[in-house]
Amino acid sequence: MNRPLSRPDRRAPYDWDAGEYLSPEEERMIDELEAMLRPPALPMAPYPAKAILLASGETMVVRQAAVDEVDKMLEIIQPLTWVGRDFYDIVSARLFAELLGWKTHRVRDEYCLVGVIDGVLAGIVNGRLFDEKHGISYHTLTLKRGLRVGAHLFAAKMEHHIEYLGQDEVWIVAESPIGHRRWMIEYPLDKKFEVQHELGGAPAWVLTKETYHKAKSRLVTGSRPVSAESLAQSSPIREPDLRAMLVQIENTLEARI
Amino acid sequence: MRDVAIVGIGSTQFGRAQWSLLKMMCEASHEALADAGAGDRRPDAVYVANMGAPRNNKMAGLASALVDRLNLYPAGAETIENGPASGASAVKHGLHAVASGMCDLVLVCGGERMQEVNNFEATEFVSYLSHRYAEYVYGVTLPALAGLFARLYMERHGVRPEHLAMVAIKNHANGAKNPRAHLRIPVTMEGILTGPDAHNNNPWIADPLRFFDCCPVSDGASAVLLAPAAMAKEFKPTPVRIAGMGQATDTHAVHERPDPTELTAVRLASEQALRMAGLKPKDIHVAELHDAFTILEIAESEEAGFFPKGQGHKALERGETKIGGRLPINPSGGLKARGHPVGNTGVSQIVELVRQLRGEAGDYQVPNDPRNGFAVNFGGFGNNVLATVLTRGV
Repeated sequence: MNRPLSRPDRRAPYDWDAGEYLSPEEERMIDELEAMLRPPALPMAPYPAKAILLASGETMVVRQAAVDEVDKMLEIIQPLTWVGRDFYDIVSARLFAELLGWKTHRVRDEYCLVGVIDGVLAGIVNGRLFDEKHGISYHTLTLKRGLRVGAHLFAAKMEHHIEYLGQDEVWIVAESPIGHRRWMIEYPLDKKFEVQHELGGAPAWVLTKETYHKAKSRLVTGSRPVSAESLAQSSPIREPDLRAMLVQIENTLEARI
Repeated sequence: MRDVAIVGIGSTQFGRAQWSLLKMMCEASHEALADAGAGDRRPDAVYVANMGAPRNNKMAGLASALVDRLNLYPAGAETIENGPASGASAVKHGLHAVASGMCDLVLVCGGERMQEVNNFEATEFVSYLSHRYAEYVYGVTLPALAGLFARLYMERHGVRPEHLAMVAIKNHANGAKNPRAHLRIPVTMEGILTGPDAHNNNPWIADPLRFFDCCPVSDGASAVLLAPAAMAKEFKPTPVRIAGMGQATDTHAVHERPDPTELTAVRLASEQALRMAGLKPKDIHVAELHDAFTILEIAESEEAGFFPKGQGHKALERGETKIGGRLPINPSGGLKARGHPVGNTGVSQIVELVRQLRGEAGDYQVPNDPRNGFAVNFGGFGNNVLATVLTRGV
């Protein structure tokens, strides 16, 4: 005997045709769960965009990324998770997870800065607030190498923590020899081995206000304000040519100093 | 003495090698043998130029290893270590072997893999060539020596930081056109010297030298196949003759020279090479000079006789040393951008000149059909220098 496909007298919990996938009861329960899963947030001052004239004569706009740019960044980062050169695999895989955690509200008080050249993403840095006075540096990923893009972005990250977020110190670990030379030696940072950095692994180092201000004239650069035209050009982010990016990451000289 | 021709060339991509030193050398050697169309003909001897393999790569006896890897038995094999001038020294030994009639076919390969160690160690190992008790023990590195040299040279001849930057800009622009160059990044005056962020982009290394005044630490290998000029027709490409070669030495410690800004060994080696070739500096159409530091390109261009003393930077200002200028210098990008795998560099300079003289340099080809090329391979801090003159045809 043929049975009707739907029975108008019993309404299904989900009216898919109307775009309803959860019953009101399920929605309430999930909202409550979600609220428990989401960390509370500290207020964070914004990072004012700046422009840096690179050695190549190109201008890199360094600005704060919005959470709705995460998907695009993940798309760009994903192929790098298979590049072993200079620990790009671990740095990009962890950055991928951190940005995803930011987007899905699973990381507390995270921020992200991007370097953009002519609209094309050149590098990403991120970190978060441990508390009001202590910051945690996460990762620095350079997509355009050989022009100190990573160094400029890391410096911008330190600038954000100390000058705009008003923190006393930033805890840092390096995951590659390049990072160790760039941050621990070049600044130079102090040891903070008694702190367990949440990236685990190596003992933590610290950038204090004093270290920052000593290094500032040497390592922190850029001009403000950024022209409206340049700022507009830096968004939406465009992806670098994948092949060119991979070849450059494989072949370009690592930082020498 | 027989005339000697270069009948085959090869080189790897410069930069940071993904493979072993020996594999890079095999790649360059295979390319040189294939370029020559050598077929089943095997070299009678193999000379390998290298400076740092025992320390950096834990390898010694590279020439024997290369013969084995390429299955070139029973060719004679020797490794030549002469600091950064090892490359041209190895070519000189090849020249002697063929010119004397001792060998007919000689493979000369230069190779260096410097990035197997970190850059502090690389700088340290290169500084081994400074004077042990007068320089090295005081922490004098090659960038430090070049900084001292540059300061005095600039003061004496009116060379300004802009001139040093012009060398970097020119050679980076050339390197950007060379598919095998280590650094293919054009740079601008504003970006490295005069712009608001230049001091961060281009920090001091050894005052007055900045980051972009110094060559990179590179991996790379190059090879040339030498044969008697009379046999050159048996090989595929247009032959290029080694028309002249000169070598001269100077005091080990730079401060012992009567005038530390005089690169006497460059002058003497260049004079010898040109005399042997029967040419004058004005007959040279393209040059590859040893610009490990930007100041050296200016100083060597004067010592080699291309410009009067103290006028090299003026010629640079006038654009005479650009591709398309009166005497293009370092169209390959030079050590500054093509890269400086130290023991290999002398061979790679000759490979690049052969490309120019054959008209095969592609985007960085010097115009007007160059026939005569010139190279300076600078060892130590000018205490052991070789100059080479190449001429198209036999």
